[in-house]
Amino acid sequence: MSEVTATPAKPAAKPAAPAAHGAAKPVAAAKMTPEMSAIAAKFGGAVEAAQYEGLLVTDHSKFIEIATYVRDVLKYNQLTNNTATDYIKDGVIEVVNQFTRVPQGGAPLTLKLRVPRPSGHDKTQPVPSLCPLYPGAEFQERETYDMYGVVFEGNPDLRRILMWEGFNGWPLRKDWKEAYYEGDTKPFESRWPGGDHKLAEERVPWEDNVNYPPGFDPFAFKPHPDGDIYDSMLAPSDGTVSIDNGHGVAPTIVEGLNASEMAELKTDEIIVNMGPQHPSTHGVLRMVVKLDGEKVTDLKLALGYLHRNHEKIGERNTWLHNIPYTDRLDYITGIYNEWGYVLGVERMMGLKTTDRVEYLRVITGELTRLASHFWAIGFLLNDLGAFFTPALYFITERDLIIDLLEAVTGSRMMCNYMRFGGVSRDFTSAQWAMARELAFERLPRTIDELDHFLTENEILKARSIGTGYMSADRCIAHSLTGPCLRAAGIGYDVRRADPYGYYDRFDFDIPVLYNGDVYDRYLVRVQEMRESLKIIQQALNQAETQSKVGDIQGGKKAYNHRVPAGQCYARVETPKGELGYYLVSDGNQNPYKYHIRSCSYINLNSMKEMAVGQKVADSVVILGSLDIVLGEVDR
Amino acid sequence: MGLEQKLGDMGVVTTTLEKAVGWARSNALWPLMFGLACCAIEMMSVQAARYDLARFGMELMRASPRQADLMIVAGRVSRKMAPVLRTLYDQMPDPKWVIAMGDCASCGGVFNNYAVVQGVDEIVPVDVYVAGCPPRPETLIDGIMKLQEKIKNEPLKKWQ
Repeated sequence: MSEVTATPAKPAAKPAAPAAHGAAKPVAAAKMTPEMSAIAAKFGGAVEAAQYEGLLVTDHSKFIEIATYVRDVLKYNQLTNNTATDYIKDGVIEVVNQFTRVPQGGAPLTLKLRVPRPSGHDKTQPVPSLCPLYPGAEFQERETYDMYGVVFEGNPDLRRILMWEGFNGWPLRKDWKEAYYEGDTKPFESRWPGGDHKLAEERVPWEDNVNYPPGFDPFAFKPHPDGDIYDSMLAPSDGTVSIDNGHGVAPTIVEGLNASEMAELKTDEIIVNMGPQHPSTHGVLRMVVKLDGEKVTDLKLALGYLHRNHEKIGERNTWLHNIPYTDRLDYITGIYNEWGYVLGVERMMGLKTTDRVEYLRVITGELTRLASHFWAIGFLLNDLGAFFTPALYFITERDLIIDLLEAVTGSRMMCNYMRFGGVSRDFTSAQWAMARELAFERLPRTIDELDHFLTENEILKARSIGTGYMSADRCIAHSLTGPCLRAAGIGYDVRRADPYGYYDRFDFDIPVLYNGDVYDRYLVRVQEMRESLKIIQQALNQAETQSKVGDIQGGKKAYNHRVPAGQCYARVETPKGELGYYLVSDGNQNPYKYHIRSCSYINLNSMKEMAVGQKVADSVVILGSLDIVLGEVDR
Repeated sequence: MGLEQKLGDMGVVTTTLEKAVGWARSNALWPLMFGLACCAIEMMSVQAARYDLARFGMELMRASPRQADLMIVAGRVSRKMAPVLRTLYDQMPDPKWVIAMGDCASCGGVFNNYAVVQGVDEIVPVDVYVAGCPPRPETLIDGIMKLQEKIKNEPLKKWQ
């Protein structure tokens, strides 16, 4: 126990020596695109070409004006990505915003802001928030605040989102050191002093792996009451909702009662906590809902219960080392996550792949899309009350798909299949036959069966038509992507909008529906499964004639990659939406910055607006229709 | 084919109370429906048609910890989640058992950093560790059967 009580006295992290990890040498400024030139022409003194890519806004007071111009005149109507990079050598933290035109697509436009690095655990000086223009910025800015301590002035709810309230420090800053890895914040000589595991009861309540604020007294410490989230919802309302989303604006009317009798029926509002352990929250999501009777009048999400700071781990790994970690983001579609990452690194290194590689990537990637949609539909039906029967059937089909993936890659879920410029293994002839049998025989039949039993089902329709409606404009503003956006009438799919791989060689459609409710999201997924099958069938046929068996590595095979200094934003269309990787290299063996634009996380941003005004049981269905995976939400 | 054939005409079985209780407990485990991360997907596969955990009398997942006696910690436990997990464990009535499913729950796995509890045994006592990232469904079934063996041989005194 003696070494335990000594823990809080350890000195805080001293300023880092940025020997290996400084900012890069001065590099050529970004190439100007026509859009960037237009901004530079209009806001001459306020912007300049940024390092590597995009525009640097030097005059922060003009930032909102420029963003309005970008949104309204240049028509970049969606904020794709918001993050920050800590350039410790230059003494600045750079906030990065990337905008996309939806549904046209094309390369994103990057706007950057620089703020001086504060010392120690101080927050930065405030930068303007994009929330008034792009509501989808809210969660992303909160994450940037959580990880870098960047203060966004104008964000409606700037609290920690992934770490817990009361956490000390900003984990992704370069001078924030992880316990266990860096000596001066390591509380113990060894993780297991004396070679034995210790149970929590034998330790201090804080355990051994945190930074302590100066003057911290463990005995006087009271855990944070977690009150913020409840307090912010406590203000009484009259049962009406502030958001006009088409639901629940009209007051509840019970037939046969007059107004005064209705007033007597009025109930108190209650705040109900759902999760993190709840059968319908698809993992460890926590929702706090405010209810008037059964109607949701307010909703807040508490995230981070599965947070392991994948991005911090990514910065200490080598480039190659990160591939298996991406599998564990959205663990239902591991291979597709890898694809986004290797795509980014290949673009930075200028690596070429072979025909065989591209076909194998399409085949395995689309197979995981099928598996993911099977899973999503099965569990959406679970939420709708068809408990486990549809899911049982679809898990069986998914098992067939991952049998094939296991045969090829060696693992059922964590495939670790992609390599830079290649893939790890080719299909054997037996596996190829297995894939053909799945794509041409088994899965088309299953999808027909699914369609036959579910699509016209009375209960499914009654529960889902009109539920969780969100208009196309609001979907774009909330940075929604994936099937949910396409169900609202916007045909935005990264496979077409910012093409990658060999998708231009296949004949397939992007299903679009127009009602924007849960039923249409279900239908879009069913149609996407058919399109995926078409792609797999064509890829199997083309690969037989147009690629060489065993030709699975473009360029030289290597363990240690040196990626030239620069930055890259690579994105792919995973089953959940647009998965992006924002990578910065300083020429070293590991990424200088490794950020994941997680579609599940950003799609959750619109959850409140979809659910408010509906029944609490419907909020569960809406969550199911968003199809989140907590591994990707919390990273 | 059953007990009476083995017993012949005796009609009486003698055993110790301890063994009888252990036998009864081991074949009616009710796991808590509690998935954390990737391993939860495999846990659900185990309950599904192909691997069919119902064969071992324990497919009845309970959503409430008050009705469960087995906690399968399926996935990494972040430090933010740790107090929640401990609360759930405390809410389960005795006797209760814990399986740490997968590398992350057993020892932190690949997520060896400040945000993840390095082994769920730091916060709750673990009976069986199941290795793998994630473990195959067969591995989990094997882990559960190991736990059944353990329960059969547990002294009654343990849960007084």
